[in-house]
Amino acid sequence: MTSTSHKPLDLLIVGAGPAGLSAAIVGARYGLHVLVLDEFPEPGGRMLGQFHEENGGWWVGKREAERLVAECKALGVDICCSLSVYGITRTDRHWIVRTTQGSKSAVNVLIATGAAEIPCPCPGWTLPGVMSIGAAQVMTNVHYVKPGERGLIIGANMLALAIARELAVSGVVLIGIVLPSPGPLAGADASPRQQLKRLLGLASLAPSTLLRIGGKLANSLGLAGVALRLLPRKGLNIWGVPLQLRTAAVSINGEQQVESVTLANLTHDGKMITGSEREVKVDFVALAGGLYPLAELAAVAGCPFDFAVELGGHIPLHDEQMRTPLEGLYVAGNITGIESAQVAMAQGRLAALSICGEMNRLGEYPDKLLQDGLADVRQVRASALIQFQPGISLAREQIYQKFRAFQETRV
Amino acid sequence: MERIVNHPILGPRKDSRREVSFTFNGQRLTGLEGEPVAAALLAAGIRIWRRHEESGSPRGLYCAIGHCMECRLLVEGMGLARACLTPLKANMQLAEGPQLPNEITGRKLT
Repeated sequence: MTSTSHKPLDLLIVGAGPAGLSAAIVGARYGLHVLVLDEFPEPGGRMLGQFHEENGGWWVGKREAERLVAECKALGVDICCSLSVYGITRTDRHWIVRTTQGSKSAVNVLIATGAAEIPCPCPGWTLPGVMSIGAAQVMTNVHYVKPGERGLIIGANMLALAIARELAVSGVVLIGIVLPSPGPLAGADASPRQQLKRLLGLASLAPSTLLRIGGKLANSLGLAGVALRLLPRKGLNIWGVPLQLRTAAVSINGEQQVESVTLANLTHDGKMITGSEREVKVDFVALAGGLYPLAELAAVAGCPFDFAVELGGHIPLHDEQMRTPLEGLYVAGNITGIESAQVAMAQGRLAALSICGEMNRLGEYPDKLLQDGLADVRQVRASALIQFQPGISLAREQIYQKFRAFQETRV
Repeated sequence: MERIVNHPILGPRKDSRREVSFTFNGQRLTGLEGEPVAAALLAAGIRIWRRHEESGSPRGLYCAIGHCMECRLLVEGMGLARACLTPLKANMQLAEGPQLPNEITGRKLT
């Protein structure tokens, strides 16, 4: 794939993660010529490093990825890895997508680029040995190399807890999960009260108790009380990792790389207790700031955006069928809001149905198929084990309303 | 850092990648063919991959998936490349990303 081919592709998908691969399968089933592009050397996206307990067994993202890739291959979907997409422009009839291996033209483009991690800077965070928590996950579960001998996680959000579990199971030594130090950058992330509320709020949302951590926290504290006084200083033991909601990381220290962290105690409302600082030896630190939608490509394409804190940040405007206001441009997966891989897969399938519907490929009952696709996403979302923020469904409804309002202004 | 041979949930590495040798700043090391240079260096216990272009302070892996560009290092024949997305090849010659002189401030490398 070196130059713009003469006949545009039916569907070009950016991102070979759960959303992109699922969309490719549905598109190919309805006869579309589909190409999937991804920057990572192998397809599967971040699913490659994810696993969690579900219904008494392990949900293993790598196996899901292998299943999706095999199905893509069987259907003749082209998957190209190790290349980057850096531009997208529209001609009067189709999209031109610029990649590090030439340009491609396509009638429809699905942007399924997923999410990136929110940086959470603190003194010493540029030292080698400090990494985003996703990096620790990828090194351990995808490349099979431990991120270090002894580590600390800074940031107590859903992402941190889910990955802490994976790292603990994989034999990586973690001395604890602590809060970032109070300051303008950390905001509510550095307040024990806010964090506890947030974690408990999420726990109550998850039908089968979020990774069981919700249950553990709720049992330890009593859901109603949120009594921070009861939080032990040394932390709650979560799968052998102390979750220390009354401790903050003041700095990461080292001459050339990470040698230690300085920790301090916090008051209930998140103020540092002077004189409580102490140095603890670690050789790596994982920063967990949460995820935000990786949406630059949609911006480059000219898609309007809206901000929704529940969805993780700036979201390309889209409707429930995954259409953006731009002709032939669709979005699916974490670019539309931070949720689990299962939701991304359902969104991918729905996006492909929308595209096939637009191209009159859905046969006799297109509306029925689209309705089923919509119901599929709603059902998967309602039963999702991992929810990153409360209020996702409501926030999504507001995005769809804004999409409708935007479309009306253009008529 | 330690390599995981048999992952308790994900099982053993499926692909039996062959061991190849490469160099970093002239030091001879071994890694697995096709794994990212980042994984090979980390497994060899090397974390400092770059000197900040202006300050010269040490830098290394940050995001591991190509987003942050922190892990750029010199790959012979390629120039600066992201360690996390560059597959290791036999006899690859790598060097840390160097501090640069600054034409505007007049700062020269000592």
